[in-house]
Amino acid sequence: MNTPAYNFAYLDEQTKRMIRRAILKAIAIPGYQVPFASREMPMPYGWGTGGVQVTATILGPNDVLNVIAQGSDDTTNAISIRKFFAKTAGVETTTSTAEATVIQTRHRIPELPLHAGQVLVYQVPIPEPLRFLEPREIETRRMHALAEYGLMHVKLYEDIARFGHISTSYAYPVKVNARYVMDPSPTPKFDNPKMDNCAALQLFGAGREKRIYAVPPYTSVVSLDFEDHPFSPYRFEAPCALCGAEDTYLDEIVTDDRGGRMFVCSDTDYCEGRQAEGHRGSQSAAPQKEAPRG
Amino acid sequence: MAEMKSVADNDRPLLIAEDLAKNYGRLTACCDVSFTLYPGEVLAVVGESGSGKSTLLQLLSAQLVPTSGRVNYRMRDGVLRDLASLGEAEQRFLFRTDWGYVHQDPAQGLRMAVSAGANVGERLMAVGWNHYGRIRHTATSWLERVEIDTARIDDTPRTYSGGMRQRLQIARNLVTEPRLVFMDEPTGGLDVSVQARLLDLVRTLVAELGLAAIVVTHDLAVARLLSHRVMVMKAGRVIETGLTDQVLDDPREPYTQLLVSSILPP
Amino acid sequence: MPAMIEITNAEKTFTMHLQGGVKLPVVRDVSFDVSAGECVALAGPSGAGKSSILKMIFGNYRCDDGRIGIRHEGKWLDLVKAEPCRILGVRRSTIGYVSQFLRAVPRVATIDVVAEPLIATGLARETARGKAAQLLQRLNISERLWRLPPSTFSGGEQQRVNIARGFISDHPILLLDEPTASLDAANRKIVVDLIAEKKRAGVAIVAIVHDDEVRRAIADRIVDVTSFAAAA
Repeated sequence: MNTPAYNFAYLDEQTKRMIRRAILKAIAIPGYQVPFASREMPMPYGWGTGGVQVTATILGPNDVLNVIAQGSDDTTNAISIRKFFAKTAGVETTTSTAEATVIQTRHRIPELPLHAGQVLVYQVPIPEPLRFLEPREIETRRMHALAEYGLMHVKLYEDIARFGHISTSYAYPVKVNARYVMDPSPTPKFDNPKMDNCAALQLFGAGREKRIYAVPPYTSVVSLDFEDHPFSPYRFEAPCALCGAEDTYLDEIVTDDRGGRMFVCSDTDYCEGRQAEGHRGSQSAAPQKEAPRG
Repeated sequence: MAEMKSVADNDRPLLIAEDLAKNYGRLTACCDVSFTLYPGEVLAVVGESGSGKSTLLQLLSAQLVPTSGRVNYRMRDGVLRDLASLGEAEQRFLFRTDWGYVHQDPAQGLRMAVSAGANVGERLMAVGWNHYGRIRHTATSWLERVEIDTARIDDTPRTYSGGMRQRLQIARNLVTEPRLVFMDEPTGGLDVSVQARLLDLVRTLVAELGLAAIVVTHDLAVARLLSHRVMVMKAGRVIETGLTDQVLDDPREPYTQLLVSSILPP
Repeated sequence: MPAMIEITNAEKTFTMHLQGGVKLPVVRDVSFDVSAGECVALAGPSGAGKSSILKMIFGNYRCDDGRIGIRHEGKWLDLVKAEPCRILGVRRSTIGYVSQFLRAVPRVATIDVVAEPLIATGLARETARGKAAQLLQRLNISERLWRLPPSTFSGGEQQRVNIARGFISDHPILLLDEPTASLDAANRKIVVDLIAEKKRAGVAIVAIVHDDEVRRAIADRIVDVTSFAAAA
């Protein structure tokens, strides 16, 4: 069979240069949304085309790539993107967060703290945090340029007025480097503190909206809040059923049709790692794990 | 009208318009407009449709760039600045803090999908207020001041009547204690009894807060009720200007006499 | 006593543009002075221009020519040439005006109508209302009327509210246009007493009074306005 010959990591070199320029600009202005000429990718919008373009641009032959979706590395999305890069770039892939040099993620930040030299690439649907309050692009650009973020607090005020607390539970807006307000992508607000002063480089790609933004290593990322309603990450009521971790983000898994459910770490790699170290939760199976996934 | 400022402030003009003109091609929207406004003074700009009064209001509030002429405004630090020399960020900041702008249609001056409390609190949040409780408390007291039932603080203006929306717009504008408020036909489109109540409210607030205001209206009764001074405009030009009682009791120009005689007697 | 008002050759003519530009001369070469503590009564037949002269002193009517000097905050100010904001300042602190008919903003309670001039000078609302209450009581306006707007009152009651409003502050100049016109004998006496008190306090007063007895009681000098009548 004649398989087409792809350039390394699918994108042509000129496109990579264009995207690299956008990435450099994004790193120079933390949290600022840089427009870029998003290319047509062999997957539809909504499947991480922005993240894939960023990863394709920064990948080198010696990189080790991991792809996770909702914390798990064995979902359809994660597997297919990992295979895509294995095929078009021939890079080594892994499911271990610690071993990867580039991690592309859909909507979660790994539990294991990242180290210097790693790059976390986020998939972003709507990059503009003000979009739902102010539909005009001209106006939101002006607000960012003039640092007019009163409207963002209006949204938080409305939450408290309506629900008694800030109800935003994911895509919780943050202020980066004390200047730009940014949407951290639909990661749970539980993950926001991990973005602050992170040792790794964080890149964000939105393919359909054609924007790239970045948080350089060791940059301040502060979740917006009120003095009398400070930001508080969600606290789970029970530890992970498999590994007993008490400080991770948990997924709810339906186990039977009688209402049985269990809560397990969303980050599969982290959970497996803990179990390998001997940690056990209330519903751990025998040492061979592979609990069913939803 | 009440004057809470010191005498020194009184002697220094707040806004000076010099030979303002605006043309659109061959069409002259307004020309040769010059006046000085002092703190605490209310100036009514009166004219019929097409007189140029709305254009003038937009020129004075830096929403339009004049074809010629200048608008000078005394900032809070006491320095007189040409509005054209302010950067966009400065102009927008001025608009949100030291100025108010009350639109004829309150829907244009409010965020209709956001609660009344947030509407009033937005300007505070825009200048850095970061305490929910204090923002809400201030918003509540302003709703009281404009006679809106405070139980409706979490309702959106979509559920408000026209008169309530207009009063909410006023509260939203006054919360940062501006020194100058622009009003474009503030009672236009409202029922007569609602108009009366709104005018009484504006009168009281202007007096209590020592506001300066420029009120555009076609209604001489509004001018008589609210303003110290009046400027009569026709076809883009100022026909006559003076103290309100002077112009309305002792009109000199033919057009002014025509306007005054056209008012229906009470 | 120092002069408070100095009028020199003031002149006014109405031009009725809607009636083909007909000119209606009102007064010409008006000249007289008023000193502190003195009451000057303007006399003359109806239509001679007495009210117009008062309105010119108040700045309500504009002068075509001449000089209207007012002693304002220790200095002389020519009202004819003054900027609008100066005239507003003069009305706020120097000249009080009791017009012939009460003109009050609708829907405002009587007590607030009377308290208004004091509040405009910066006095606290409650204190101002207290003084207004005293004055209204003295002028026999019953307390149950204080919360009501004066538009429904009788002519005499409205006039007494008008007087209260004009007399409540400490303006060094007072202009009175028929202050006792609709009042009965008892209330006329009260107003005459009030005027006497003001004179003793050094206020310069210009008044128009048709009632001979009242004029005799209050006027120190009479100025006959017919000498200022402009040729028709």
